[in-house]
Amino acid sequence: MHGRGLNIILGVYVALIFTFVFAPIFFSLVFSFNSQRFPTIPLGEFSTEWYAKILSDPDIWQAVRNSVIVSTTTAILATTLGFCTAYTDFRYNFRFKGPYLALILLPPTIPLIIMALAMLAWLSRLGLSGQLWSIIMAHSVLTAPFAMAIIRLRLHQMDPDLEAAAWNLGGTEWQAMRHVIVPFCMPAIISSLCLTAAVSFDEFAVAWFVSGLNKTVPIVILEIVQGNIDPQVNAIGTFVFLTSISLVVAAQVIFISRQIKSHS
Amino acid sequence: MSTKHKIDLYALTWRLPIILWQLIFFVGPVVFMIAISFFVVKNYRMTEAFEFVNWQRMLTRGYFWDSYWYTLFIASLSAAIAMMLAFPAAWALAFRASENLRRGAVFLLIIPFFTSYLVRTFSWYVILAESGVLNAMLGYVGLGPFKMLNTHFGTVVGYLTLTLPLAVILQTVTMANIDKTLVEAARNLGCKPLATIWRVVLPLSKTGFVVTALFCFILAFGDFVAPFYLGGSQEPTLPILILDTTKSGQQWPRAAVVAIMMMLTLFAVAFTAIMLAYRKPKVAR
Repeated sequence: MHGRGLNIILGVYVALIFTFVFAPIFFSLVFSFNSQRFPTIPLGEFSTEWYAKILSDPDIWQAVRNSVIVSTTTAILATTLGFCTAYTDFRYNFRFKGPYLALILLPPTIPLIIMALAMLAWLSRLGLSGQLWSIIMAHSVLTAPFAMAIIRLRLHQMDPDLEAAAWNLGGTEWQAMRHVIVPFCMPAIISSLCLTAAVSFDEFAVAWFVSGLNKTVPIVILEIVQGNIDPQVNAIGTFVFLTSISLVVAAQVIFISRQIKSHS
Repeated sequence: MSTKHKIDLYALTWRLPIILWQLIFFVGPVVFMIAISFFVVKNYRMTEAFEFVNWQRMLTRGYFWDSYWYTLFIASLSAAIAMMLAFPAAWALAFRASENLRRGAVFLLIIPFFTSYLVRTFSWYVILAESGVLNAMLGYVGLGPFKMLNTHFGTVVGYLTLTLPLAVILQTVTMANIDKTLVEAARNLGCKPLATIWRVVLPLSKTGFVVTALFCFILAFGDFVAPFYLGGSQEPTLPILILDTTKSGQQWPRAAVVAIMMMLTLFAVAFTAIMLAYRKPKVAR
């Protein structure tokens, strides 16, 4: 095809798509340092007013504490669940494997608002709603498939004979697990911890429904946004973005760098 | 015998806890939601029953069906838009970009998927507002201001925030996996560039594209944030209906009816899409 001209047009087009995708992240960052109450261009003065405001707000600190507790616990739980499923899928064949895998992989295909309602009704019935634990239980179900996928991908690169070799050398299955499988999966496990934490950290629909009075950061944002335009959201948003972007980038870098290493 | 027992114990350790956990916290909620759609609410309290009153109540109301068709329409529309907007970019990344560039682009596009959708939506709110960034920019070239918030346009922009990165990623991966020699063969045999896309690239990517469109549809169909904050919820979508019915008035059974209708619709759409995706292509002559 007519090489250069087309390449330039396509390049511009791809740039436009990326602009659309990253514009909201970019503007949230810019406006968080902007003095205007209703941000637009031309920009107002540089100001850290909104940051000062959120930093002095005890409700937001409480929400941050809640979010940290929820996302770390969720990450550990979901990664454990994901690891067990990935290993079972890697190692075993059994009769109801299809339904077994569906059981862990299906939750993300159900819209969050539906899961939110279902979780709220069910957890209230069990007397488990309205606590931080409620969010953690719900999030572990929602994020475990991500953990499963990452760890399964890693196990896919492992020679199944490695485990058998460990048994032949006299190791028990538990020892093979501890000294062969887990170390091999470690980069995937760490990536999975980061990613599931990021997902949990940003999830608001289910959290909002089941949390009762315990607010996490996204719920605080939701409540501020419902009121009125308040640039505080941009300041919180920047903090939220930085947290999740670092987690996601860390996850990708850890996973991909190991991938390359294991190939060379 | 003892070794066999030991093996079972080991296997069960990895299998059983997950099955139990998912039964309690995934199957449990979904089944219970179906059950409560038959419960009745008396004096603001939900009581166990087996009555069709909620179903009757919701499915005979005009506002439910208005909302149903509107949600179906706007979610399909935005999935179609996402697919079309993504295509040239994905094509460029799949066929024109180097391996490294492609990988870098996909790497970048994964990031928004795991960052706060809520904050991104709020950012769009500020960008699209009457005196917001976009209208200010358009003002410099003598256009506008346009009303973009509280319109279908706003809703679609919100949906695209969610679906466009995914559409680009999945389309790129799909097309990057096409056997390049087939494309070259078509070109060498005198097939025009656009005809090559239409008759070679698209048929070869059918499965991947149908699945991509399905994901875009599911995401838009279930999202309440975009239609609420950017669309102004003048025409409430089904998720907004669930939200309102649950949060105000404690009418969980009726909300459950809406949720079940949504799930049935999603099953139907997914089933049709997957049938389409795996149907044997007709031989082109």
